Amino acid sequence: MNNLYKMFISFFKIGAVTFGGGYAMIPFIEEEVVNKNKWVSKDEFMDMLIISQSLPGTMAVNCCTFIGYRLGGVIGGLVGVLSVTLPSFLIIIIIAISFMQFRDNYYVNLAFKGIAAAVPMLVLTGVISMGKSVKKNFGNIAVGIIALIGLVIFRIHPVIITLGGAIYGVIFLRKQVK
Amino acid sequence: MMILLKLFVTFFKIGALSFGGGYAMLPFIQREIIETNSWLTISEFIDIIGISQMTPGPIAINSATFVGYKVSGIMGSIFATLGITAVSFILISIVHKLTNKFRDSIFLKACFLGMRPVLIALIINAFLSLAKSAYIDVKSVIVTLIIGGCLLSKKVHPMATIAIAAVLGIILWGVF
Repeated sequence: MNNLYKMFISFFKIGAVTFGGGYAMIPFIEEEVVNKNKWVSKDEFMDMLIISQSLPGTMAVNCCTFIGYRLGGVIGGLVGVLSVTLPSFLIIIIIAISFMQFRDNYYVNLAFKGIAAAVPMLVLTGVISMGKSVKKNFGNIAVGIIALIGLVIFRIHPVIITLGGAIYGVIFLRKQVK
Repeated sequence: MMILLKLFVTFFKIGALSFGGGYAMLPFIQREIIETNSWLTISEFIDIIGISQMTPGPIAINSATFVGYKVSGIMGSIFATLGITAVSFILISIVHKLTNKFRDSIFLKACFLGMRPVLIALIINAFLSLAKSAYIDVKSVIVTLIIGGCLLSKKVHPMATIAIAAVLGIILWGVF
């Protein structure tokens, strides 16, 4: 129970301060869940991320629900989904009720310019951190590059690319599995 | 009551049909909200997207809450948000059961191992599309480099970097 309470606070904080959507949330979630509280290992975290990304729905919500399930079953899952959604919900309600003119404020606008410039860097640190947990052998690097080309140049759907990765794993990586 | 149920079902559908995160959902939301149900005008919708991007949290959740509120007040926003999160909850419930059951399957482990380089590619792809719209001038590059330094030094909590970025924005664009 204590863990679920702590998780609620963690995800609530994450939901309240992460601008820029799901991918920008990754370093925050990793910091809280893997580094600080050690609720899941980094390997498990990566598995959860890839599942969350491959399923319909919002990646960040999927991921927090998943971590909640791992910590405390169905109740944990419910706490996970609620805690990451609640801040957005409350903030939007407050804005919708009272602060529609808020975004026209000069300083708020400038602050948002700064935040918008920082968001890609948050996403990039996710790449660096996750990259450390992937073996840098020929196969993995080749698959990563092919996947990136498929996404950026040929605009292939992420789910198809992800399936491709799974097939690569089944064919070539079975011996690496302990 | 009918409208609340309809909001729930509509956002459940939006959540269930859109793979690939918030931005991928926007066309679905647009079709359902503006074309199918005429709940909002196009300019109201664009306003809502702008605000959803500027406020913290997943964009899909933000826009669901906003649209729900516009259509039917607080209750509307509750039902719309529940609709979109219910998808995540149901799917993860199933996946959690399955991964637990097949936890020791070599097949499944190999799948996950193979998907890891793809995960990296997906995040790089997200970085590239964000970078394209964010790095508009020298000032934005300066902000991002400072934030990158903070993050890599590991001395600054990622959450604090958001506040730093906001202050840098006010200083760089306000003063200079």
